Amino acid sequence: MAGAGKIRRIGMASVQSHKNQPDPNVPHPLVPLIFEESVPGRRGIDLAPREFGSRPAADLIGPQLCRDSLPGMPEVSEPQVLRHFLRLSQLNFAQALQFYPLGSCTMKYNPVLNDECAGLPGFAALHPHTPAHLAQGALELIAELERALMEISGMDAVSLHPAAGAQGELSGLLIIRAWHQQRGHPRHKVIIPDTAHGTNPASSALAGFDVIVARSGKKGLLEAAEIRRLMSDDVAALMVTNPSTLGIFETEIREIADVLHEHGAMLYLDGANFNALLGVAKPGDMGADVVQFNLHKTFSTPHGGGGPGAGPIGVKQHLEPFLPLPRVAKGPQGWYLDTNRPHSIGKLRSFYGNFGMLVRAYAYILALGADGLEQVSRRAILAANYVRERLREHYPSATDEPVMHECVLTHELEKKGVTTLDIAKRLLDFGIHPPTIYFPLVVHGALMIEPTETESRQHLDEFVAAMEQIHAEALEDPQLLKDAPHTLALKRIDEAMAARHPILRWQPKK
Amino acid sequence: MRFLPQTDAEIADMLTTIGVPSIDDLIAHVPAPLRARATIKLAPGMTEAQVAAEMQSLAARNRGATDFRSFLGAGYYRHYVPAAVRAIVARSEFATSYTPYQPEASQGTLQAIFEFQTLITQLTGLEVANASMYDGASAAAEAVLMAHRILPRRNVVALSRGLWPDYRLAVRTYLSALSHLEIEEIPFDPNVGTIAIDSLRAVAGDRLLCTLVGYPNMFGIVEPLGAVSEIAHQAGGLSISATAEPLALGLLKAPGEIGADIAVGEGQSFGLPPQFGGPGVGFFAGRLAHVRQMPGRLVGETRDREGRRAFCLTLATREQHIRRERATSNICTNHSLCALAVTVYLSLMGARGLRELAEHNVEIAHYAADRLASAGIKRRFSGPFFNEFVVDLGDVPSALQAAERNGVLAGLPLGPDYPELDGTIVICATEMNQPADIDLLCEALSKGV
Repeated sequence: MAGAGKIRRIGMASVQSHKNQPDPNVPHPLVPLIFEESVPGRRGIDLAPREFGSRPAADLIGPQLCRDSLPGMPEVSEPQVLRHFLRLSQLNFAQALQFYPLGSCTMKYNPVLNDECAGLPGFAALHPHTPAHLAQGALELIAELERALMEISGMDAVSLHPAAGAQGELSGLLIIRAWHQQRGHPRHKVIIPDTAHGTNPASSALAGFDVIVARSGKKGLLEAAEIRRLMSDDVAALMVTNPSTLGIFETEIREIADVLHEHGAMLYLDGANFNALLGVAKPGDMGADVVQFNLHKTFSTPHGGGGPGAGPIGVKQHLEPFLPLPRVAKGPQGWYLDTNRPHSIGKLRSFYGNFGMLVRAYAYILALGADGLEQVSRRAILAANYVRERLREHYPSATDEPVMHECVLTHELEKKGVTTLDIAKRLLDFGIHPPTIYFPLVVHGALMIEPTETESRQHLDEFVAAMEQIHAEALEDPQLLKDAPHTLALKRIDEAMAARHPILRWQPKK
Repeated sequence: MRFLPQTDAEIADMLTTIGVPSIDDLIAHVPAPLRARATIKLAPGMTEAQVAAEMQSLAARNRGATDFRSFLGAGYYRHYVPAAVRAIVARSEFATSYTPYQPEASQGTLQAIFEFQTLITQLTGLEVANASMYDGASAAAEAVLMAHRILPRRNVVALSRGLWPDYRLAVRTYLSALSHLEIEEIPFDPNVGTIAIDSLRAVAGDRLLCTLVGYPNMFGIVEPLGAVSEIAHQAGGLSISATAEPLALGLLKAPGEIGADIAVGEGQSFGLPPQFGGPGVGFFAGRLAHVRQMPGRLVGETRDREGRRAFCLTLATREQHIRRERATSNICTNHSLCALAVTVYLSLMGARGLRELAEHNVEIAHYAADRLASAGIKRRFSGPFFNEFVVDLGDVPSALQAAERNGVLAGLPLGPDYPELDGTIVICATEMNQPADIDLLCEALSKGV
């Protein structure tokens, strides 16, 4: 019964190991797939007896409409399920566990109270079709969060409808498109700087626009002269992230807005880097006609391993009629949902936004208040400048301009055969999540570092020390980096193989 | 402030390192007119206790969430959420991680998504599912866009009127910039509640891009997806199914089994509370031959350098961060944490649990329909239904008010979205409704009618 191979198979159902003897040459997976833990007859839930039915369901609905079975679905007990997913959780890096300076993603602390608030029965159990008079607290929360975002951004109206930043972008661009159309001059082009996130051109294409790329000037800044050069009567908008993905403030933004407005075009301000702007500069004052907020960044809703987020948009008055449906409004009977808005672009998702995330963002704004919010951006800017200064010797900055909440650094280790990816993988051995790498595309081998305001000085110093040690290692023993990570449960993963031979689901062994 | 660790001394020290006297010097390059107007005029910050009290008071003003026996459905569903689901999704290791770009540090999220993808293929009977979408409505819109990438020369979208209004609106909004696409809204049979097959045939010509029907639909009715798919395929188009109540797939034939080329839907029923409509999670499945036209993230199996099984994001050349304006979609992230909830939920349920719960829902809903019928409240449609059905009430506002006075939220009025169904409501009964609730519903509604 016992054997070396067997002992390593803790957690694997013994029934299965009889069937499929493991190949001793293949290392055992860290955690079996839930399907591999399945044993026929087990269950993870007990259901109440049914004492009302006259006839069985398949007869009621018609047996010809029913399926025979659900082959392959797991059959596991509740304790197995708990252990399986807890073991999986231990294979993740996470902001709550590690320094996570992922540039442009704003991996800041997510207050745990906010998750509790979202779980209050009055919010969590609220069905979206509940009559408005029985959902006044939720509607007021929506209205209050809209009001707070208007104040923070200097915009005239806010919609919380979009599910994510990219959906906010699409909403904003469709609004701009509708506005031009309503004036009788449909326009077909959007200008996007070469430093932009990939979602900007992708959203523009989806909104039916052709993309014109604007080149950054020598200092990495977007210049009004470049926008003037690209301007025509067919340009609907400029879509620009400020601060840019280089972490620098677009100082000519107001002049750029003026050039656009002179030509009847709109300024779309991508709020991906809003964490630098709280109490520093309002998009409304920059001349923005549309801005999108990423609540999962600046307003601290958890990233969830890739969503759910929330991507509200703010607009100036002239674009308000085009906002998505419905709008929360107040009448004599209290708050209600207004759907009678003939110019609206419609809906991009069901219901009223990712409400559970809106609850968290609102709680965050209440906790910080005006004074706290202004401190957020100032501390984030302090941290980014501090890290840039401390790392200057071995990782020079991609730009000499002052940086805001994040900095883009470079290195000259390629001469030693060490890539940015190697540096990133080696950082994992120090218990630090790597920065965003190879972005923005205009900086060769970029390391984009966003420390955020919630990391302590000690953690910033530990990061600096790790980066310096990695630099020294690269000079002495580059192979150490090429082979990293060394201390994680897995060695470096072959991503190319996954794409060459896609295996996208588990299937029972034949 | 409790979230901000730097002390004054540390700030001073950091500023010395940087070589500036104050933080304001770090933002001095931001144009002065902007800085001068940037002050935020909101209330001062609160203690945690104050925030908690404020949020509790807002939550308490949503009486509809807690004080009624509810029969609301129509796109979002009330189901029991096992504690194990909440316990797992509350883990900071999952909740506070980012999109798994560094696979060595994200195996937990990646493996869970791989399991999610597998479960969705099992439910839908299709070969490949993505890592999830925002919700069912946007997934439906993205499905039409995907169909258009597969068949770029075709341009007629046959959109069932029996699809949820939000889904139809999302499709229209997503397609609004693509003026060459024509949307034909196909009516429903006024007696049966399924798609009007003759009307569908009339548009199923050589320009037909795809059909899109609810499975089940807005009225809880099980559409003849097999017949619809056959019409789509005969015309050379694609068949798309959209499911807002995925529990139905525990009992009904899998969409892929009866001809759907793309099956999308909403996963909220599987372990996510209603939360006033979001976040839920969209699912998206299709055929392997079309995988390169799929939107969204995909997780694939691979190996690490020692040959150990591992998972990573894959086929990213479809995506916006590589392809930019030529990407298959602008979607950047998915609804990963919600997909995790679905994965935990379905793991607990298993094949048998899911089937039994689906049967339970069918039986309680039919029990409710029968009870109402005996009280003189008749179903509008004769088609087979899953856990919701449409009834005629006549004067809907007074019937609903009467029900509310009796502590019952009886259902959603259809008149505002379907003028032809004025006077009706859609009633949803799930395992959350006890037979006693149904007695109360009957009593309340028969009083109002």
